[in-house]
Amino acid sequence: MSFDFPLLSLIIWLPIVFGIAVFATGNDRNAQLARWISLVGSILGLLVAIPLYTNFDSATGAMQFIESHVWFERFNVSYHLGVDGISMPLILLNCFITPLVIVAGWEVIKERVSQYMGAFLVMSGIVNGVFASLDAILFYVFWEASLIPMFLIIGIWGGPNRVYAAIKFFLYTLLGSLLMLIAFIYLYLTSGGSFSIEDYHKLSIPLTPQILIFVAFLLAFAVKVPMWPVHTWLPDAHVEAPTGGSVVLAAILLKLGGYGFLRFSLPITPDASHYLATMMIVLSLIAIVYIGLIALMQVDMKKLIAYSSVAHMGFVTLGFFLLNAYGIEGAMVQMISHGFISGAMFLCVGVLYDRLHSRQIADYGGVVNKMPIFAAFFMLFAMANAGLPGTSGFVGEFMVIMGAMKVNFWYAFLAATTLIFGAAYTLWMYKRVIFGAVASPAVEGLKDISKREFVLLTILAISVLWIGVYPFPLTEVMHTTVDQLLIHVSNSKL
Amino acid sequence: MNFIPPDFTPASSEIFMLIMVCVVMLADLTAGDSRRYVAYLLTQTTLLGCALLTFISFSTEITHTFNGMYVDDAMADILKLMVYGTVSAVLVYSHSYISDRGMLKGEFFSLILFATLGMMVMISASHFLTLYIGLELLSLSLYALVALRRESLVATEAAMKFFVLGALASGFLLYGMSMVYGATGTLHVSQLAQIIQSEASSKEVLVVGLVFIVAGISFKLSAAPFHMWAPDVYQGAPTAITLFIGSAPKLAAFGFVMRLLVEGMGEMSADWQGMLIILAVMSMAVGNIAAIAQTNIKRMLAYSTISHMGFLLLGFISADSNGYSSALFYVIAYVLMTLGTFAMVMLLCRSGFEAENINDFKGLSKRNSWYAFIALLLMLSLAGIPPMIGFYAKLSVLQAVVNAGYVWLAVVAVLFSLIGAFYYLRIIKLMYFDEPETDEPITPNSDVRILLSANGFAVLAFGIFPQALMGLSLYAIQNSM
Repeated sequence: MSFDFPLLSLIIWLPIVFGIAVFATGNDRNAQLARWISLVGSILGLLVAIPLYTNFDSATGAMQFIESHVWFERFNVSYHLGVDGISMPLILLNCFITPLVIVAGWEVIKERVSQYMGAFLVMSGIVNGVFASLDAILFYVFWEASLIPMFLIIGIWGGPNRVYAAIKFFLYTLLGSLLMLIAFIYLYLTSGGSFSIEDYHKLSIPLTPQILIFVAFLLAFAVKVPMWPVHTWLPDAHVEAPTGGSVVLAAILLKLGGYGFLRFSLPITPDASHYLATMMIVLSLIAIVYIGLIALMQVDMKKLIAYSSVAHMGFVTLGFFLLNAYGIEGAMVQMISHGFISGAMFLCVGVLYDRLHSRQIADYGGVVNKMPIFAAFFMLFAMANAGLPGTSGFVGEFMVIMGAMKVNFWYAFLAATTLIFGAAYTLWMYKRVIFGAVASPAVEGLKDISKREFVLLTILAISVLWIGVYPFPLTEVMHTTVDQLLIHVSNSKL
Repeated sequence: MNFIPPDFTPASSEIFMLIMVCVVMLADLTAGDSRRYVAYLLTQTTLLGCALLTFISFSTEITHTFNGMYVDDAMADILKLMVYGTVSAVLVYSHSYISDRGMLKGEFFSLILFATLGMMVMISASHFLTLYIGLELLSLSLYALVALRRESLVATEAAMKFFVLGALASGFLLYGMSMVYGATGTLHVSQLAQIIQSEASSKEVLVVGLVFIVAGISFKLSAAPFHMWAPDVYQGAPTAITLFIGSAPKLAAFGFVMRLLVEGMGEMSADWQGMLIILAVMSMAVGNIAAIAQTNIKRMLAYSTISHMGFLLLGFISADSNGYSSALFYVIAYVLMTLGTFAMVMLLCRSGFEAENINDFKGLSKRNSWYAFIALLLMLSLAGIPPMIGFYAKLSVLQAVVNAGYVWLAVVAVLFSLIGAFYYLRIIKLMYFDEPETDEPITPNSDVRILLSANGFAVLAFGIFPQALMGLSLYAIQNSM
């Protein structure tokens, strides 16, 4: 199918242009204008992304909506965009989350509104760029550039320890990506001067360099995912970030790492992936079990959800390195569903934080008496987080566990413990925060959610249930691509 | 006996510059204190005139003149055009700073022009003596410029240090050159290459000479372990002069290294590669680690320079045109970033107040969000974060290093630039995350305002469209070798 309109460029640059327009509104006197421009920009960003789904040809695993122009000849770098069944759903997720984040910060952010809103729009465009790039340098530029707005968001609007968290976030991710850059340069030279990712897929590489490249990629992506043991930046960043920042971080930025594994590690270094699959699976299982236990002990709600993110993303990497269709598709569903669920969980905590300015579980109790509607929503998302059947959280986890069962019973066994731990830490937190007697006069004074919050949470609740009950539209688009990827990965490139 | 006059045309811009320096001096003398702008305008005109002369005479041919002591090629022309532009920007940035501090004397302009002339000679020299003359003309003018504020104790001390260490470095260089002369019997760069190639000379003497030459070069580039002068001089000199020392001379130093090591002793690249690797790694280590501990912004930027010079040297290690053009691109990017960064520091200075401490950047985004944004671009570029130009500079150098087979060196380089990212981020942190300590408004003149904004945007624009400068660098190198 031919599609000549530069749709992907529009999806990337429209939010960025709107972001710049929002910056241009200047100081807080024009705050309301900044809010509206960003809302319009983010919704337009979502609307222009819809043709990506409707015109997507799910019968092919090849790249679609391709745009290719020479960017700079000196190193044969091109502005090369395209999507397949792996990147398309992630772009849609990103475009979907951005308006929610803008609305979530609507009344809460009162200082430097234009910078806050603008940063999210610019980041949304940059992240679309990461998912759509088919040139390694273009990818790298978007990848690194996404750090800048997030760094500022955490650092300017974050909590008390924000500076530490922002710098830790930046340096951690930079460490991984710099090594990835060297891997790209190495591939550029061995491929005879190409930065095209698709060329790298075809390149045959001996095992030792493959392993080194795999490790370089692993550092970049593992930090982003984040995998155990390089996950320690995440709880800090989440706790200190403003609600919108946490949502984007969990829902979008973590997916960059997962996407990287599928786009780079598996197809470029398939032999190394097979060779090191056991190690990756073990690391993922540690993340699932050990981090699940850590989450149980948290007293800070945001930290608890952050650790639960690490555990859930452990499922994603586990699914990838099972190297079968159930595993990879399940991991993809898990990524999308985690985007909705973790986003919703952070929004729920944000709702409470905006009212009481505390994230400590101990400060709450009996919230259901004062905020029954909120409690119902929170219940749904908590259940989804625990992987209740009928919610999106279940679909991905179930598929991955099935995939694991095909490989090794004990992998599946350990992975399945997450259903217990997940239920334990999420529901225990829910019980302590929502049920019981009203804990303090502050809780006594709580008001139930506003219309704005109601709309936000409703949209997310519908998404969570929809994927939980009927995941077919999602699995359909990625099916062919995943099959092709698996065939590709099973062929040795030595 | 017949006297055949040499062909003056390849050196026309240098000759024009020399005449104009005298004109500026005399004009300033007659104009007096009240009409100092005469000298300023004349200086800018001179630079423009030189640029026109260089531009008109631009050709891809390599022309030698003065018995082969002087050369005019594409690289020389391009570097010189960059030098004019840089010096001109330095003058715009520093004008109000030096006039606020009573340094707006005629000497300032003539010294700057003499230094520029020295750089031009360095860039175009193809004989060890011409190289040395150019270098000394530059260095002596710089020593005097540092000491321009003679009542300031720190400035005088810095000038003294600069002079003593600079003289030592010149001594090293001369000693090395004399050994090379002893081994080969020539001081002509092009003949030298032939003699070394024919292996008619004593290798041992040559290598010892090379060691001294490389040491001398490292002094001038402020590469570790010959970097000691840089932090003191950067800190002690008036900021306007630091801006000058930190920017244009790096372009000249690049030309100097190209003439000496590449054109003259390129056949010995196997010998100097090893030395440069050590220098580069040490510079990146010392520069990046020491910069973390600095609280003085100028000192921090001095260490940042040291680390950048280490990165620059990496470009030479591959010893091919790919690497040299990467190094050239790096130095151009570096000069662009340094100009903007020191201009930012001067922007924070007011009459009677020197912005010296990194804390002076505190809360800049609340004081003036536009300049904070420009500084953000500059800092990210220095840290090598895309889409700023600093990233592409690092990319092209790393590419050359990996191409030469030194993957481990590339890994070392990125690890040190990771350390380096921290102190640039700290400036961003101060600007964006902290509260301002003063609410003094920032009101630069309109020329500074425009130029600084353009400078900041150039860092971004050349990052989004890097082909222009990368292509130019490759073109310059390929047409000169």
